[in-house]
Amino acid sequence: MVVGERKPFEELLKMVENHNKILLLGCGGCVTVCLTGGEDAVRVLASQLRMAREKEGNPIEIIEKTVERQCDPEYIDEVQSIVPEVDAVVSMACGVGVQYVAERYSTTPSYPALNTSFVGGSVKEGYYVEKCQTCGECKLYYTGGICPITRCSKSLLNGPCGGSTRGKCEIDSQVDCGWQLIVDRLKGLGLMDRYEEMLGICDWRTNRDGGPRKMVREDFQR
Amino acid sequence: MSVECKTDSRLEKILRSGQFAVTGECGPPRGADPDVIRKKCQLLKGNADAFNITDNQTSVVRMSSIASAVIMMQEGLEPVMQMVCRDRNRIAIQSDILGGAALGIKNMLCLSGDHQKFGDHPQAKNVFDIDSIQLIHTVRGMRDNAKFLGGEDIKGAPKLFIGAAENPFADPFEIRVPRLAKKVAAGVEFIQTQCIFNVKKFGEWMKGVVDRGLHEKVFILGGVTPFKSFGMARYMANNVPGMDVPEELLKRMKDTPKESQAEEGIKIAVETIEQLRQMPGVAGIHIMAIEWEEKVGEIAEKAKLLPRPAI
Repeated sequence: MVVGERKPFEELLKMVENHNKILLLGCGGCVTVCLTGGEDAVRVLASQLRMAREKEGNPIEIIEKTVERQCDPEYIDEVQSIVPEVDAVVSMACGVGVQYVAERYSTTPSYPALNTSFVGGSVKEGYYVEKCQTCGECKLYYTGGICPITRCSKSLLNGPCGGSTRGKCEIDSQVDCGWQLIVDRLKGLGLMDRYEEMLGICDWRTNRDGGPRKMVREDFQR
Repeated sequence: MSVECKTDSRLEKILRSGQFAVTGECGPPRGADPDVIRKKCQLLKGNADAFNITDNQTSVVRMSSIASAVIMMQEGLEPVMQMVCRDRNRIAIQSDILGGAALGIKNMLCLSGDHQKFGDHPQAKNVFDIDSIQLIHTVRGMRDNAKFLGGEDIKGAPKLFIGAAENPFADPFEIRVPRLAKKVAAGVEFIQTQCIFNVKKFGEWMKGVVDRGLHEKVFILGGVTPFKSFGMARYMANNVPGMDVPEELLKRMKDTPKESQAEEGIKIAVETIEQLRQMPGVAGIHIMAIEWEEKVGEIAEKAKLLPRPAI
């Protein structure tokens, strides 16, 4: 899932300081799962904003709405009757949702309530970790199913640097050394010969360095 | 090992002729004053065969490695240009390799680079377009095949003697010899190791290197750093990732009166060098006297590494 974290409240308050009526738009996708952008998160942020503006003697009207997901145009269409009534839309989706709202409603500003953090998974409820940097050229075959681009702080492809100590990364004793994990896993699988193969230089065109990426299923385009 | 030199490097000539080599290190200043390098060069001159110029070590911004290397050459010393993958993509790396070689640099050390977290700009975006092993492969291809990574021909290949670092003390220990083998396969010609304090563990690694015959394909220079004080020894033991300082060395420094600790640190360094010289496969010593350049000569002298051979 795409994991996002809510922006600091003061930053959000500042974004809407010149608006009297906004739509706070939640997303029922990934950010609902990671507890930061779904229906509950919308309710909490709306209350906080209302209270803060009330206290300032400058009340704000907030329409609360959560759609199935904000990364599909059909769901963004669902708020077409509401958007003309408000000064701005504050999206609680990842950056994709914020941009879909902006593209669909050209005369109303669309603001992000979250910082889109990473692509990851949950360890337990309320605890999420990064697992993939969407490099576009998956190397997990060579590395025992553990991603060196994501899990190594330097994204090294050919083994741990000289800072790996007792299984931990040199940047933080709480961070696992990605390459220690990879080596342990390859050993366990009896695949250490894959470690000795030199992984070649990446073609980063499949990453964001090649410009905005797209994936098109030609069989669906007819 | 081939005795035929591929470059005009003095370090390469010494190593290929079978003589025991000595390298040193010089950290560039945090400013634009070239005299800082010139003064360090006066302290270092004649005490080793070549001297590493560090490349923004510990991710702290300093004068560039290439510029500092040129100043060093003006003083008559041979530099080893360090290059890290942290700050440059493949375009800048290849460009700097050409530039360095054009300015007369003859040795290069290929490194990943410390994470920017340790430095004075932890907010920086790191690059790591390629890693240190891929960098070795890149410069080897540029030199021997006269080809850029993109496949185009180079007009005037950079003649650089190619080195890298290896830390026998980092984890996981069992892949440290295989990792060296990867560097050898990528085309590295000399290795400078991380500071050796745990000679016994280094010996285990070195045995693995010899058992695989890697010492016949790459020159291994053992890294030696003198302790200035007990405080420094303790700092290195506890705060520098990948460093292995045995308890008995810490105790030895601690039990030495404060005013004699520097002397004791040098004594330990000299003893370490003597032990390393006895080990099969060790082709030289890399003395890293951190901000203590004036002691390199004394250490080399006491370890009977002087005078350095004339080439």
